[in-house]
Amino acid sequence: MTTAAEEDASRLETDDEWTVRLRHVALEKLPPEQLLPATQPAYVASWIYVFGVLTVSALVVIIASGAVLTIFGPSWWHTSTAGHFVNSIHIWSVEVFFFTMVVHLWGKFFMAAWRGRRRATWITGVVAVLAAVGAALTGYLSQQNFDSQWISTQAKDGINATGAGAFFNVLDFGQMLMWHIMLLPLIVSFIVAIHVLLVRIRGVVPPFAESSEGS
Amino acid sequence: MATLVLLHPLTAALVNLDTRARVLHWWFIQITVANLVVIILMVLVFVAALLIPFRGPGSKR
Repeated sequence: MTTAAEEDASRLETDDEWTVRLRHVALEKLPPEQLLPATQPAYVASWIYVFGVLTVSALVVIIASGAVLTIFGPSWWHTSTAGHFVNSIHIWSVEVFFFTMVVHLWGKFFMAAWRGRRRATWITGVVAVLAAVGAALTGYLSQQNFDSQWISTQAKDGINATGAGAFFNVLDFGQMLMWHIMLLPLIVSFIVAIHVLLVRIRGVVPPFAESSEGS
Repeated sequence: MATLVLLHPLTAALVNLDTRARVLHWWFIQITVANLVVIILMVLVFVAALLIPFRGPGSKR
């Protein structure tokens, strides 16, 4: 049942407004029951399908622990016991993130998960890997120890060989820290969000035997 | 915090990570033992994920 106020509002709405057009497209492409489904196809009941959500879970821990490190700063995470602990949570969640992401990638590669108009899902996954590698590199460069010094002096030759060294200077600690705590987390989170939305729009790729989708 | 200190010997890494990395070298391949262990673990987990049956709700759509 709609109220008089809602009826008035719907009469006032026209497709000239971009918010209305965007809402219609969003609801058409991704209805709420498809965005947050209660069930999954039977073939999803396999451990190999768990690694995608494990990767996203690790990313949540990375962002949360990174936020705590950002609040208290380097003098805290380098000197206090609690700071060391949160710093360790941050690095080990990165290890879990890459570990589960690689197993997820192997699983999807051998399923040919780009089948059935899922190319964009595959490509956003690949871009997420590349962005995550950048985020990890700038993180290792932000450690402020001999390890980061060694990595930066090794990486500069590689980066300079690509020509990117002119604007992406791995020896510039300030620039690397800012990329690590602002730019790259935004990029990784955005691409992962698009990736997950595409999985919800297109669905999980079926096994070869159950699929007649080809290519 | 005292509990953490008491647990330290139990929670400390099984392998001393505060030393120079051990590096394996074969032909043009050069890899640290730590990275090799991680790669082997990833392969084992991948195979286990394929072989171990999933005992979840197994719902259908």
